[in-house]
Amino acid sequence: MQKYGWSLPIDVSTHGYQIDRLIWVIHWFMAVLFVGWFLFFLYTLFRFRARAGHKPEHHEKHFKLPTYLEAGVAVFEVVLLVGFSFPIWAHIRNQFPDEKKALHVRVVAEQFAWNVHYPGPDGVFGRTSPALMNASNPLGIDRTDPRALDDIATINQLHIPVDTPVIAQLTSKDVIHSFFLPVMRVKQDTTPGQQIPVWFQAKQTGDFEIACAQLCGLGHYRMRGFFVVDPKETFTQWLAEQAPKPEEIAAWTAAAAAAASKPVAAPAVAAPASH
Amino acid sequence: MSQTNGHSHPHGAAGHDSHELPFWRKYIFSVDHKVIGIQYAVTGLLFLFFGFCLMMLMRWQLAYPGQPLPVPFLANLFNETQMISGIMLPEFYNQLGAMHGTIMIFLGVVPLAVGGFGNFVVPLQIGAPDMAFPKLNMMSYWLYFIGGILMLASFFVPGGTAQSGWTSYPPLSVIASSGQTWWLVGMAFLINSSLLGSINFITTIVQLRAPGLSFFRLPFFVWAQFVTSFLLLLAFPPLMGAAVLQLMDRLAHTSFFLPTGLVVNGAPIAGYSGGGNPLLWQHLFWFLAHPEVYVLILPAMGIVAEVIANNTRKPLYGYKALIYSVVFLGFMSFIVWAHHMYLTGMGTGMSAFFQVTTMIISIPSVIILTTMILSLWGGAIRFTVPMLFALAFLPMFGIGGLTGLPLGLNASDIHLHDTYYVIGHFHYVVAPGTIFALFAGVYYWFPKATGRQMVGWLGKLHFWPSLIFINGVFMPMFIQGMAGVQRRLYDPMQYAHAQPTQVLNVVMSVSAWLLGLAQIPFIVNFFYSIFWGRKADQNPWQATTLEWTAPSPPPHGNFTSEPVVYRGPYEYASPDSKSDFWPQAMKEKN
Repeated sequence: MQKYGWSLPIDVSTHGYQIDRLIWVIHWFMAVLFVGWFLFFLYTLFRFRARAGHKPEHHEKHFKLPTYLEAGVAVFEVVLLVGFSFPIWAHIRNQFPDEKKALHVRVVAEQFAWNVHYPGPDGVFGRTSPALMNASNPLGIDRTDPRALDDIATINQLHIPVDTPVIAQLTSKDVIHSFFLPVMRVKQDTTPGQQIPVWFQAKQTGDFEIACAQLCGLGHYRMRGFFVVDPKETFTQWLAEQAPKPEEIAAWTAAAAAAASKPVAAPAVAAPASH
Repeated sequence: MSQTNGHSHPHGAAGHDSHELPFWRKYIFSVDHKVIGIQYAVTGLLFLFFGFCLMMLMRWQLAYPGQPLPVPFLANLFNETQMISGIMLPEFYNQLGAMHGTIMIFLGVVPLAVGGFGNFVVPLQIGAPDMAFPKLNMMSYWLYFIGGILMLASFFVPGGTAQSGWTSYPPLSVIASSGQTWWLVGMAFLINSSLLGSINFITTIVQLRAPGLSFFRLPFFVWAQFVTSFLLLLAFPPLMGAAVLQLMDRLAHTSFFLPTGLVVNGAPIAGYSGGGNPLLWQHLFWFLAHPEVYVLILPAMGIVAEVIANNTRKPLYGYKALIYSVVFLGFMSFIVWAHHMYLTGMGTGMSAFFQVTTMIISIPSVIILTTMILSLWGGAIRFTVPMLFALAFLPMFGIGGLTGLPLGLNASDIHLHDTYYVIGHFHYVVAPGTIFALFAGVYYWFPKATGRQMVGWLGKLHFWPSLIFINGVFMPMFIQGMAGVQRRLYDPMQYAHAQPTQVLNVVMSVSAWLLGLAQIPFIVNFFYSIFWGRKADQNPWQATTLEWTAPSPPPHGNFTSEPVVYRGPYEYASPDSKSDFWPQAMKEKN
């Protein structure tokens, strides 16, 4: 199946059909209105062109049709609002899936990459801190936090299982980016200092893209991530491959024990844990 | 501005008579609204051309990403921080993008539409000898001029000019190189220029109307400028405040727009306390920038109304409906700004409010457009060059307005936001819309300003190719936007979803360059006609409004005797008059 072309990209989300339907309803409305207007316009230009023997009319007619047309446009806009946009937005923004059944991820944008944070088997995100962020730990995961030991971090790789609701907490380390999954009809600015949740659910597997939709600097154009919808088993397998190795966990535990014997801990910001 | 009369200067010794002012007082530091208007218009046209050139460069990179410029001469103009052997660098692409927007809006369209046409036409149309505050008027122009120089100079500072988009969203703009500081200071000059100008327009229109010229006898163009001035006056101060805050963030390391805990380039950002909010800037910016859209479009509508009435040889349909709509539009434009921000994390309540106001504001726009089309009905339409441009404005502005609909509804905006659909939408409003109307205005008032007519066939040679190619530039953007191609991409080939429509980038770029070529007849026509155009009398279009009662070009002080107004602005084809037009200032039958 073709993913991308000269029209809307393929939609593999459970909610996207509503957005697509609204887009097409509006475009049909626009087309009808514009073609009607334009034909009237051309006809008027032809009929009332200046020529010998043709005189303009001073006393203006009162046209009834435009009043009906305005009213029709207004009514249609009310329908678009009440029938489509309000409920769709409420569905997307407010009606989050059951947290217990959902996969939770954090997506932290930076110039020019997408850091993805999975909570690991315990289902709880470990503590993160800006002070710990560096090239090998771009998320600043505090591995002294026991809940962080099983946390999984990837760069530009967002894998999700098909037919499973996903709740993603979006934020940014530096400037404003915009988390755009064209095939999921998801787009949300990621703003530093803010944690914004979005949810989505894929109904079809495949290899897709994460795009950045907000100008974020000279590498904006190449801030592309991989968005992969896996069959459930493949996803579980992939996630296990990404998990920290036992020797890494052992090293972190030892380091944490050594640090605990010292009085001062690094200033840390607790990540909002999800349950 | 402390100098109050010419006697204190050796060159000013000519005396009181305005006709004997030295050259620099008459044409450079002039206080005559017509000279200032022409200064604004010419400077604005030059900036429009410059901004267009920036875009033509960007279009090369978009059509042929990563390939060197085909013209070695052009490639040699740029240094190694901009292009390497003719291949554009991404940071330079971002600079071109930010400055294309800034220059087109703040240095091109607004100065031409408000500073140029407003200054030249409004006092003439209301029968005034000049603006209410001529020296303030001169100061407006020179503040604008300095702002423009600062913007141009910023290209040459280390790190290049502003590169965070014309919207300058922090934190990106705060951590950007020093060009952004120049941008902010330049904007401060432009903002203050517009503020002084708007006060001047409001005072002039309220105080200096000729006897008999009541508000409901004002030409629609004056109404449009009147409402525009209120928008400038009320919307720019928040941006001025925001610009100062961003300047403080950059220079004094305050943190109005920077949250706590920023990590830039892998290291916590040093020297900022944090605690600010990037969204504050967006609210302040769009509180200006949405009314700004109407600053761009209202004068254009005013020009189109004038040209349509004159070339249909009949009164405008629904003159009062037009005025009520434009006033309502002005009010509403202050409460729609956050529809630019649906995807910042906005909840249902707030976004519902802004969607409703956005739908409401479409109603007066539809009324204005419908009224103008209905004005054609029953006319005897002359297809003069200004009329061609004014007529082309109508459907193209219609496309711009209609495509605002899926962007104004937040559910459809999720997919279309920050894609080429947005670029197509607002360009249809501003380029095939406003700029076509501005061309109509140039052709229409040129004989008044110079005493000579522009050449008709050159005008048509300008119009038809421009009409075709400008649609070739902007129409494909809607397709790319539907496909999800993001805006502001240096290299669209990076994305799989952008590759199928890449061929459209070639179509758009070639159209853009041909559109550039299509401006040559205009440039030739403009300069040829100034010197050798056919002489025009005071009313070559047989128009009714007051500016056509003054000589062409009008002398200092405008009218040979103070005009008195007896009727509304568009008395064409009146049964009470023998001729097909009845000027506002003519007491007896024409």
